[in-house]
Amino acid sequence: MTTAAVTEEKKQVDLVNVQIDGQWMQVPKGIRIIEAIKLAGKFVPHYCYHPKLSSPGNCRMCLVEMGMPKMGPDRKPITGADGQTEIGWIPRPAISCANTVAEGMGVRTDSPMVQECQKGVMELLLINHPLDCPICDEAGECKLQEYSVEYGNANSRFVEEKVKKPKKVDLGPTIILDDERCILCSRCVRFCNEIAKDDVLGFVNRGSFNTLTCHPGKKLENNYSLNTVDICPVGALTSKDFRFKMRVWFLKETESICTSCGTGCNTMIGSREGVIYRQVPRDNDAVNSSWMCDFGRLNYKFVNDEKRLGSATIRRNGSVAQVSAASALGEVKKALKGMVEGELAIVASGRMTNEELFLVKKLAQVLKVELVDIVHRSGPSDDILLSADRNPNTNGARMLGIAADDSAGNLTKIRDAVAAGRLSGLLVFGEDVVEAGFDPEALKKLKFLCSIDMLPNKTTDLAHYVLPGVSWAEKRGTMVNIKGRLQRLNKAVEPVGGSVDNWELLNTLLTSLGGTHYEDVASVFVATSESVPQFAELTLAQVGAQGVNV
Amino acid sequence: MALAEKRLILKNIDQPGYTNDIECYLKNGGYEGLRKAVTLKPADIITEVKTSGLRGRGGAGFSCGLKWSFIDPAKNTKPVYLICNADESEPGTFKDRQILHKDPHQLIEGMVIACFANHVKLAYIYIRGEFPLGAQILERALAEAKAKNFLGKNVLGTGYDLEIFVHRGAGAYICGEETGLIESLEGKRPYPRIKPPYFPAVLGLYMSPTIVNNVETLCNVKHVVEMGGAEFSKIGRPNNTGTRVLCVSGDVHKPGYYEFEVGALTMGELINDVCGGVKGGKLKAVIPGGSSAKVLKAGERYKIKEKNAEGALVDKEIGLEDVRMDFDTLSAVGSMAGSGGIIVMNDTRDMVSVLHNISEFYAHESCGQCTPCREGSLWMKKILTRMDGGLARAEDTALLKNVADNIAGRTICAFGEACAWPVQSFTTKFKDEFEAKANNPLTALPPIGVSTAGH
Repeated sequence: MTTAAVTEEKKQVDLVNVQIDGQWMQVPKGIRIIEAIKLAGKFVPHYCYHPKLSSPGNCRMCLVEMGMPKMGPDRKPITGADGQTEIGWIPRPAISCANTVAEGMGVRTDSPMVQECQKGVMELLLINHPLDCPICDEAGECKLQEYSVEYGNANSRFVEEKVKKPKKVDLGPTIILDDERCILCSRCVRFCNEIAKDDVLGFVNRGSFNTLTCHPGKKLENNYSLNTVDICPVGALTSKDFRFKMRVWFLKETESICTSCGTGCNTMIGSREGVIYRQVPRDNDAVNSSWMCDFGRLNYKFVNDEKRLGSATIRRNGSVAQVSAASALGEVKKALKGMVEGELAIVASGRMTNEELFLVKKLAQVLKVELVDIVHRSGPSDDILLSADRNPNTNGARMLGIAADDSAGNLTKIRDAVAAGRLSGLLVFGEDVVEAGFDPEALKKLKFLCSIDMLPNKTTDLAHYVLPGVSWAEKRGTMVNIKGRLQRLNKAVEPVGGSVDNWELLNTLLTSLGGTHYEDVASVFVATSESVPQFAELTLAQVGAQGVNV
Repeated sequence: MALAEKRLILKNIDQPGYTNDIECYLKNGGYEGLRKAVTLKPADIITEVKTSGLRGRGGAGFSCGLKWSFIDPAKNTKPVYLICNADESEPGTFKDRQILHKDPHQLIEGMVIACFANHVKLAYIYIRGEFPLGAQILERALAEAKAKNFLGKNVLGTGYDLEIFVHRGAGAYICGEETGLIESLEGKRPYPRIKPPYFPAVLGLYMSPTIVNNVETLCNVKHVVEMGGAEFSKIGRPNNTGTRVLCVSGDVHKPGYYEFEVGALTMGELINDVCGGVKGGKLKAVIPGGSSAKVLKAGERYKIKEKNAEGALVDKEIGLEDVRMDFDTLSAVGSMAGSGGIIVMNDTRDMVSVLHNISEFYAHESCGQCTPCREGSLWMKKILTRMDGGLARAEDTALLKNVADNIAGRTICAFGEACAWPVQSFTTKFKDEFEAKANNPLTALPPIGVSTAGH
């Protein structure tokens, strides 16, 4: 029996019977009532509760009516006419976010008492709120707005002066705080303490004058700070990067993954008319829980960089000419056909998708190239999400046989061969080999240097052929993260300028050299799955939004 | 009817020549209770306290013995802490202050016994920040007790070790709420904890079992041990045993603190016979258990059940002055014995102004952790400030009551009730007086920026 099966069986043993809105059901013992309500397909509004954080029970929005089995004189539960346990309802409401379920417990999520509580809490949350929704960045995804519609009152009974609190508070390099909008739910405080391990936020003053603030002399500047903006149920914490840039309801949301390190945090890319405005984490308990780091989140600006290489160029006799991708590819094909076996090497990238890497591999086979590798890159890591491997798809490259299992690999051999003049041609995908230690003088001596990249660099400066590359947000495909989870990227925006999706470029080149032609990314993936044992019998659809372990 | 005080806790306090040092305490039979206690088994002391029927003197009136028995020494593996709640802050209450200032060793003796009974090795006295002198006196008294080996290592040669520390609050009413107090003692903001799961007896100080007792309650423990639980239970009335220190303030000729057997006298006797009658007018209202207790109105009639001579419950109708000053009767008439602070008001008092005063206190003291209390307490205060200032509207009385209804029963701690009960009871019982404020000619003068078309 597998471990999972054992756990599954154990779970089945520890179930309790609870009645939710009249329906009896079995739920795992020890879960919070609010979670049982969710399992029942019901919903209770909440602000302070977050499934990944501790429950302080402070917002009082999730109040429900609760009951326990009525006990007979024999101290055993009384059974009603319907054969079920009779419930003695407690006359005062209870929070569903902190209390755990118990055998025979009854819960009402929509009784008159509950509705009255919800109306009461909504009114109290709004009396001192500035109600500046028209200029608030949270508008459109604000829980105060949403629950006002669902559970609130149409009119206000508040005619007194509102409490004034600090506005536009600079909490650190990434975040601005509006204390008047804050409903003091403490999600950000708990996040910093419990997840980011940087207990830097807290409340000062008392009562209605309570104010969220940073520890004196400190800043909210940890690498996870922007998650507080995501979990802030109102517009109190706003991202300096995103504020006042775009109304959220105009954003097109695309499910993707972050490619700034090997963790592959699941993301939602927010874009409008081909421009990316933000990235936010998407829940995936197998990868990133509900979080992502600021480094990865903010690493999207290059997509719309002014210097993006929009068209293909050919360098001949010292002069550079812009050409169409098709004609550049034709020239590249011609040049490649003229290469002698053993004179060509390929440097691919750990930032390429499995599909692109698969086509690179096919290309290498057609061209009989043996020296293929990727450029490894690393950086500082932490114990939270950030991985030292700054390539998002090192594992995919390994599984495809492009990268060696150890970091030595072929790259050193390629570099040395270029330096020694043993190679006359080099195909480079999305990497700056000069940056990777290749001698520019030796590169200059190459007969053939082709680079596919997004931005100009020292390699594209030297290349005979430059083809425009595309970013992770402009392509569809898969990658394997450091823990071996196969995950999907989806195209959020169209490639900038005249660039084409890189799998298509590779496909065209491969076909023209006599290789197999693939209809679309999905069929490349199918072909990939046939050659990579770990991907066997998988389809892109099966990889889904949450990925699969391979 | 003779109304003799029964001074048990206040026995020596204010007696000529009685000082708060240990020599004086010892001369007056001090620490004899402890000497007796250490010859008993801890479990037997708990039994004695249960037998005594002693109920907590802090406000809730919970059975002391029952509170202690929540911790099972056979099952518990963590250290047990005991905290003396000396954060006496409820307006109208000034009894613990007398004990701390004038007879600190009585408290220490009671505390050492309570600690011995509950296997406590480390205890704290959490004293409110506004009692700097009390803190100094306690520090000195603890040092004296330690020097005499009533405290510290190997107490009275029994092998039992106990340390007691004084911890001063920084001036917040909420620190009197036991879980808020625990947070404060841990060095954090005194946000009361949610119960469940954080019942002090299970997850208290440093997530260990913790007993929190009021100053007067702990003093009573000494007397329970000295006289035995059965004997103690004969004082007072069934389920309302022992004595109670009553703090009377407001419109009476002789305000002050008095100690009586619980339920030995009625409200009328207390006000008229003990405190010399209402000053400056006729009796209008009484708040019987600290400012958070629901107000009782002169002329009200209460239907209660009382045991007759045969022990059977009989229906009885009584007036305010007939209300017996014990836990159960005050609860039966819709209020509470609370902290023992009795505030008397004569008929010249403006009830809107009185409630304004009370609500101002609670708005200032709300910790602000949970929504209803944080927002509601200040809102009620603002409405009352406006009404008291002559700008009342016809709808304000109902609004006030409704805001209070939206607080009570929906908060993390009992502060919600503390700030809502006065508003609920004042606006109900003195509704006419509140509504009459709207007829104030001033109301017509400055228009209030009323908007009903949004929040």
